[in-house]
Amino acid sequence: MNAVYLAQDPTLADFGKDPWWLVLIKVAFAFVFAVLATLLGVWFERRVVGYMQVRPGPNQVGPMGLLQTLADGLKMAFKEDILPRAADKVVYFFAPTISVICAVTALSVVPFGPMVSIFGHWTPLQVTDVSVAVLVLLACSSMGIYGIVLGGWASGSTYPLLGGLRSSAQMISYEVAMGLSIVAVFMTAGTMSTSGIVAKQGDATQLSLFGTQIPAPGWYAILLLPSFVIFFIATVGETNRAPFDLPEAESELVAGFMTEYSSLKFALFMLSEYVSMVTMSAVTTTLFLGGWRAPWPITLWEGANSGWWPMIWFFGKVIALVFVFVWLRGTLPRLRYDQFMRFGWKVLLPINLVWILVLSGLRSIEDWDTQGKLIAVGVPAGALLLLTLLWPSRKPQPKETVQEQVNNRPHGSFPLPPMDLQVPPSPRTRRVVAEREPANVTAGSESREV
Amino acid sequence: MTTQTVLAAAGGVSGGEEVTFWILAPLALIGAIGTVAARNAVHSALWLVLSMLCLGVFYVLQAGPFIGMVQIIVYTGAIMMLFLFVLMLVGRDASDSLIETLRGQRTAAILLGLGFAGLVGGGIYRALEGTTAAGLTQANAEGNVQGIARLLFTKYVFAFELTSALLITAAVGAMVLAHIERRKQDKMDQIATMKARFRPGNYPGPKPGPGVFATSSSVATPARLPDGRLTERSTPDILPVRELTAQETSLKGTEK
Repeated sequence: MNAVYLAQDPTLADFGKDPWWLVLIKVAFAFVFAVLATLLGVWFERRVVGYMQVRPGPNQVGPMGLLQTLADGLKMAFKEDILPRAADKVVYFFAPTISVICAVTALSVVPFGPMVSIFGHWTPLQVTDVSVAVLVLLACSSMGIYGIVLGGWASGSTYPLLGGLRSSAQMISYEVAMGLSIVAVFMTAGTMSTSGIVAKQGDATQLSLFGTQIPAPGWYAILLLPSFVIFFIATVGETNRAPFDLPEAESELVAGFMTEYSSLKFALFMLSEYVSMVTMSAVTTTLFLGGWRAPWPITLWEGANSGWWPMIWFFGKVIALVFVFVWLRGTLPRLRYDQFMRFGWKVLLPINLVWILVLSGLRSIEDWDTQGKLIAVGVPAGALLLLTLLWPSRKPQPKETVQEQVNNRPHGSFPLPPMDLQVPPSPRTRRVVAEREPANVTAGSESREV
Repeated sequence: MTTQTVLAAAGGVSGGEEVTFWILAPLALIGAIGTVAARNAVHSALWLVLSMLCLGVFYVLQAGPFIGMVQIIVYTGAIMMLFLFVLMLVGRDASDSLIETLRGQRTAAILLGLGFAGLVGGGIYRALEGTTAAGLTQANAEGNVQGIARLLFTKYVFAFELTSALLITAAVGAMVLAHIERRKQDKMDQIATMKARFRPGNYPGPKPGPGVFATSSSVATPARLPDGRLTERSTPDILPVRELTAQETSLKGTEK
């Protein structure tokens, strides 16, 4: 059974052998996937947020409002393209394109599935893979910042500039946390190629517990849980999504870096935001959630990880992660800027460093088997969990009543109205009531006769 | 082992490598010239970014995918971004003036620069003419990343650690210089601020606006309280109370 699965796993040697038309098909597929994901992603987000806020969301254009984004996009294309007089014209023009290109390029190293046969060619379902593919992803996301920063700067006004500066500071600091959580993946997988990392998450080690063979989980989301959590938080910061959408904080900065943008340039910024959300979900899936590999109950069926089926599991995982993005937006309020920075540098970074230290310590103990390692990790973790659960909570102080608080105020304090204040009815109201003539009396028979 | 590695290891220059080189080399050169020639500081930084990106691709072409990606992530993604951050804070109109303070300086600089480039290029060309690259296959035998890691953590570990110590010292030094020590007791938290605001004797409401019930719309005119007294609290302390001249009150024509 395992041999069949291993044959499906592409290795680095399987890449770079496609004819030109196959490369073209794969590139076009990745691009169309990005654009379609945006069209459906905006609809999905608006529907889900609508459901969470107990309202229908877009439901007029097309079945269930599916074509709403398309209609919005068409409308956007016909809007006036405004170029501010104080703008730096060339940079202003190129900034949205940089954003989009970087977001789409990252998809080229994401594995969508195993080896399949396309028109007789045995080829992996992935545009390309290199030995440093994860670094390519990081490079794309770090270059994507330029679009936002330059867009903010080139607009030539204050709010966009502030948004751009925020975004550069934010992305640099969250990239550090992101890179450190990938380090744990590199250490465990021993490779930087995306297809290699997916393959590594497939070989589950068999554990013997009480005589029965149990396949240990191979997903790095379980094995490297702290890295997974930190990585996902960092991707939310990296994609400028709520609660970390400070560069476009509409309550503080109007629309941040895209305040001055309109028409298709604005549409490009929208596109890049949603494409990078989908790309980051795909990357998280690849690095931590087993990529295109089927989750446990499906793997009981032998053909689950071969042929074209894995694409379904992959897209399912990506949609689930996009749902989490939307869920976060529907749930959490935006962080204040200093809280956000403190969280990145003083919480995520130290936890990540300590975790890497622990992980490398565990890995350096070579004479332990997997079971011993699991016990070494699991027992302290369980003890810690129990300790936090059973830790005695501080005894609450008996609280003063409001009346006591009012009575304890020193002399000369700001005057407060009495707590049992009865507002007397306004004398003016009484007068109006008294002066109003009964409606029925004047409508009587006398007036009609006169 | 990537296809690029195999190509570069073969010794000769392959077609794809040559095409990429001849497309990107002029771009890298244009970027380098633009860095010096651009008048606006941000444009200059952007030209440098172009140059660095081309260099990153060259590294990948030369069978060093790791160093190429690190060049793009670290230099272009992080360090140039910090440069841009500072440049944008300085202001977008900070352009260099074109007035030469030293006469003929620019011509001399161009001539000397061309001469220097010719000397270096010629020297390298003469020195490396006819030599064939060797040892790349052994260096990349167990993978490019693994090869670099082995060298960094065995042969060059001391230099590596020393560099990191130097960088950390610089970062800590910058932090110490920029840090303002504030004791925890000195900082007022939300509760303390509110308590101070509602302290007996303090007026917690907003200050009366300047010019309320007043005869003039000037900020310097103190507000009148409902009982007719003037209140000092309505005018800022730093504002000198004085009449403006006609020249001062006229429009200055500063709006764009």
